[in-house]
Amino acid sequence: MTCFTLNGKPVTSQLPASTRLSDVLRTEMGLPGTKIGCNAGDCGACSVLLDGAPICSCLTAIAQVEGAAVTSIEGLHADGTIAKLQDSFLAHGAAQCGICTPGMMVAASALLAENPAPNRHDVEDALGGVLCRCTGYSKIIDAVLAVGGDAKISPRPQAGQNVGSPIRHLDGQPKVDGSLIYGDDAVPQDALLVRVIRSPHHYSSFKIGDKAGFLASHPGILAVLDASDIPGRNCFGVIPPFADQPVFAETTALYRGDAVAAIVGDADVITHFDEADFPITWIPHETMLTPASAMADGARKMHANRDGNILVRGYVETGDADQALAAAAHKVEIHTTTPFIEHAYIEPEAGYATREGNRIVIHGCTQAAQMDRESLAEILGMELDAIRVVPSACGGGFGSKLDVSFQPYVALAAWVLGRPARICYSRGESMRASTKRHPSDIWLTVGCDETGRISGFVFDGIFNTGAYASWGPTVANRVPIHASGPYVTKDYRANSVAVHTNAPPAGAFRGFGVPQSAVAQECAFDLLAEKLGMDRLAFRRLNALKNGVPTVTGQVFNSGVGIDDCFAALEDSWHTAVASAASFNQTAISDDSPWRRGVGIASCWYGCGNTSLPNPSTMRMGITADGKIVLHQGAMDIGQGANTVITQIAADALGVPVHDVHILGGDTDLTPDCGKTSASRQTFVSGKAAMLSGMALRDMVLRHGNVDANAKIALDGAVLTLADAGGGTLRIELADMPVNDHGYVFMAEETYDPPTSPLDEKGQGVPYAVFGYGAQIVELSVDAALGRVRVDKITTAHDVGRAINPLLVEGQIEGGVVQGIGMALMEDYQPGRTENLHDYLIPTIGDVPQFDHVIVEVADEEGPYGAKGLGEHVLIPTAPAILNAIRHATGAAIYDLPATPDKVCAAIAAAQAAQGRP
Amino acid sequence: MQGEVSAVAADYVRVDSLEAAIAALAKGPRTILAGGTDVFPRLQDRPLTGAILDISGIAALGTIAFDGDYWRIGAAASWRTLIDADVPPAFNGLKAAAREVGSVQIQNRATIIGNLCNASPAADGVPPLLTLDAEVEIASAAGLRYLPLSAFILGNRKTALGDGEMVSALRIPAASTAGQSGFLKLGARSYLVISISMAALRLAVDEAGIIRDVALSIGACSEVAKRLDQLEDALRDTTLATASSRVTPDLFAGLSPIDDVRATAAYRLQASCEITRRLFYEQQLNFAKGVAA
Ligand SMILES: Cc1cc2nc3c(=O)[nH]c(=O)nc-3n(C[C@H](O)[C@H](O)[C@H](O)COP(=O)(O)OP(=O)(O)OC[C@H]3O[C@@H](n4cnc5c(N)ncnc54)[C@H](O)[C@@H]3O)c2cc1C
Ligand code: FES
Ligand code: FES
Repeated sequence: MTCFTLNGKPVTSQLPASTRLSDVLRTEMGLPGTKIGCNAGDCGACSVLLDGAPICSCLTAIAQVEGAAVTSIEGLHADGTIAKLQDSFLAHGAAQCGICTPGMMVAASALLAENPAPNRHDVEDALGGVLCRCTGYSKIIDAVLAVGGDAKISPRPQAGQNVGSPIRHLDGQPKVDGSLIYGDDAVPQDALLVRVIRSPHHYSSFKIGDKAGFLASHPGILAVLDASDIPGRNCFGVIPPFADQPVFAETTALYRGDAVAAIVGDADVITHFDEADFPITWIPHETMLTPASAMADGARKMHANRDGNILVRGYVETGDADQALAAAAHKVEIHTTTPFIEHAYIEPEAGYATREGNRIVIHGCTQAAQMDRESLAEILGMELDAIRVVPSACGGGFGSKLDVSFQPYVALAAWVLGRPARICYSRGESMRASTKRHPSDIWLTVGCDETGRISGFVFDGIFNTGAYASWGPTVANRVPIHASGPYVTKDYRANSVAVHTNAPPAGAFRGFGVPQSAVAQECAFDLLAEKLGMDRLAFRRLNALKNGVPTVTGQVFNSGVGIDDCFAALEDSWHTAVASAASFNQTAISDDSPWRRGVGIASCWYGCGNTSLPNPSTMRMGITADGKIVLHQGAMDIGQGANTVITQIAADALGVPVHDVHILGGDTDLTPDCGKTSASRQTFVSGKAAMLSGMALRDMVLRHGNVDANAKIALDGAVLTLADAGGGTLRIELADMPVNDHGYVFMAEETYDPPTSPLDEKGQGVPYAVFGYGAQIVELSVDAALGRVRVDKITTAHDVGRAINPLLVEGQIEGGVVQGIGMALMEDYQPGRTENLHDYLIPTIGDVPQFDHVIVEVADEEGPYGAKGLGEHVLIPTAPAILNAIRHATGAAIYDLPATPDKVCAAIAAAQAAQGRP
Repeated sequence: MQGEVSAVAADYVRVDSLEAAIAALAKGPRTILAGGTDVFPRLQDRPLTGAILDISGIAALGTIAFDGDYWRIGAAASWRTLIDADVPPAFNGLKAAAREVGSVQIQNRATIIGNLCNASPAADGVPPLLTLDAEVEIASAAGLRYLPLSAFILGNRKTALGDGEMVSALRIPAASTAGQSGFLKLGARSYLVISISMAALRLAVDEAGIIRDVALSIGACSEVAKRLDQLEDALRDTTLATASSRVTPDLFAGLSPIDDVRATAAYRLQASCEITRRLFYEQQLNFAKGVAA
């Protein structure tokens, strides 16, 4: 028993003395605002104040707070400084998915209590212990710094002015006060706990022993589930023709983390269960962790129908690349490699399932509620209607929560035992089991003529796709389409191959392989520009894709190609940056300082939506009898802002203020399919569906009132007023009108599916209806004696078509860029070695640059109000621009990511040796 | 993971005096819990079970103070306690290390002595404490014994603690708190980072700018952090003004770094030399400023 003060009130914990404080708060005290991201001190999501000082509640035994005062996010009273802090977070868009926000608020409140006027460095020191994977930290720093000053006012636009307005997130308040419910925050009290037994070997056959005997000797464990318990198909996968991942492996586990069984029982027994007690024998095989070993002659075949362990190949060809290269005045060859990259969302996979009669209801975090539902129906052998998925808030996804993860385990347990069943992955389990960014091995040869025009481009990429297909086919297909970058490339050949290995399945991660290929292409472009003696930006502008010029797949856009507009927007910053680096370096050399500055640039293009495949979204919008406008918004908001942006679009289409629209989430019983939150498709595809349904609803209302098309719609309680241009107004008493099956007086439902066409055998066709474009300048400093790189400033120019919400656009850019910094400088997932957030490093608040953004708006014909996608584009240019800047600063060419200090040092030494300097 | 009433509740003893702690240890082995920042992560998400001795509540061991002969750092004193403590400039290196241990959240809980007892090759506290000639006070039912820090940490995760023993304090002789000190840590990111290499330096310089006393220690480049005797000998009784240029790679031969996920061995050696140079250079600048002032 422990007595302490919690949020100002005396409380007593009855839990054992050794229980983590975080667990006491979340369960016994019913305060789930304190989050758990790692249980190891690495993420800071669990921060609380102990006698006013921030600590990690996951590292503190409850007995250690005896007699002390603990303050959690729920106890930060929303008055005075805290109210300002909350408001500032909202006004700056400093909370995206929101899972890190309680920790950030707690740490910031301690800082502000001690120092009401901190500087940037103070803020970094105070918040350095809380990781955020979404925001790129910059907006968080701004938000804390702004607390001392005047409040930032957020707009509340009128009808017709919603699109383009930098309004705050519509769903932000529960993020800043800690009340938002994530996957593990509201599980039923009586839920059983599920624990998945996973392979500790990279590649191993196994045999499960005596289950009945095991159950008999382990009271409290109610079931052992394995492949024999699956009522339907023991197989799932995001791309049905390639589906190959078992819920439970049957005889052979293909990677370290592959699930082989699950135990279900009383939470306490399951928590304390020692996995060494599970009856299983392992027969490990020789491990193939690299494509080279998996493709070697005689390598063991991992999937029966996949010869040579090859999942799929991708190919695009146009013109005659060999001939063009032979004729080229200059030619460079480059070989780049990138490792596995972990998504490292702060919220691990978590959720629960309940059985309701013959239905299964699954609650939890996901990026793709409808896809989960389809997979679950197959696994459970049930009708689609028998599965309901109720998404909780999602504490980050970045592509990995598109794949099914925890859902089958809780669903199966709830189905078999008839009781609610829950799970929450540990950090280690999340990292071992979940998908990753594909490691790449890329060979590129590219040439240009004497004027600098690209002449010949031959690309070969090998992608390590891990044990199961996941999104491997998408990566293999997308890369050859994008590998040219947004440049005119008449003679082009690109091959890609996705190869199975005994590594975790590589899946979707912001950019689907394109960030990897952009490293090769953009670094090669710097080498070519150098051979030509040409300015690197001028070289890129010379080759930039234009309207009316075919892409490498032969697609021609008559409008909307915005890459040169992005470059143009960066001209001034580029020349200023290059000049200032030169003068800095001159001084540094004469002062004998080890620091060198460098500037790099890189670009991106990215097709929005599925590659040459249908990917419709459906939006429903209605007006209730009591005058509520409801948008069924099924595009999962994983922090990127879909709830806000799509509502802005719908509101303008209908002609009402955005703040009058109520959003209904992605519960599959209530909301139609909006597809998955991936491929930067939600603003474009679901946004367009929202626009169409808003317009249809408007049409219906106006026709009902028989008023002209420009009439103004207003709602005052249950009265809808229509005012037409001539000054006439019509009042419609909604309460008197009949309601439909969905409970609406007026309702519209529209579907949008972007027009694409299949690619032929040479990869020619129309893969996407829309591309987005962008370019970034990186300015950085290299400590040449230690190889440490400090990214000082990043100037971005992204063509978003139309910035539906400029504040959120900036947030997306900064979040993506900082993931790009991680990819360039520190991130490296090694199965078995970096399976925690201690050894797997992602950027902290001290690793982020100053930002400057130019939002470029080259309207697109297809997109809603001209908007294009953005979410993935933003990560693509960052890593190559950093590598180019390091080379500019020091001569060091690094093509083997990440550019850790030891590699930078070695590359500097190699560059100096090549130049004959010591 | 959520907490629940434990079926295998830990045998958890929380004490408020050293005597009670020793008495508990005398009855049988217990995991000592101080700040918990190594104990909990080691569990990898499992609950804390077994026999625990929580020493974080021993108020008498929570302080850092001078007793006339020694500076004493108690076993419950956190890195934060040190940062806030009024101690001589010779502790500046240790304070700099403190500010870089993990994050504010970690510094507020983690103890200096826990860092030593955990005996990680990358423990940031060890190099500065080696330069301060710290001695470890070991308490047991048999009384107190003292070991130099270099004899206390025996290897990766190995200490000289025997059955029934715990560390009660560190003591730093007044004679070793002369002069100035500094600390540099090299990691792959800004916060929450384990050192690739680190260096701690303490220097006493006479009015003429001659180094009279020098202590230099490198961490993360050998199983246990080390003083570099060879380097110290080479620089003792020489002029500070040119010391940094006389820090050469051959003086680091005593180190035995390894390749791991954080860096290559070759880089570790090179970087150790470079950060050592910088520590000397920083002291040169400080001295020059002091002379000018
Ligand atoms: C996120 C994170 C970041 C970190 N960053 C750093 C870093 O940058 N640099 C660094 O050096 N360390 C770092 N650490 C490690 C850790 O914080 C330090 O080693 C810390 O000083 C340990 O102190 P503690 O009081 O928390 O130890 P505890 O976890 O309580 O104990 C550590 C070990 O020492 C034993 N022990 C503790 N006190 C005594 C005693 N008096 N007598 C005998 N045995 C004892 C314990 O039984 C245990 O084995 C980090 C840890 C985390 C979680
Ligand atoms: S949960 Fe405590 S630091 Fe991550
Ligand atoms: S908003 Fe910080 S982790 Fe998502």
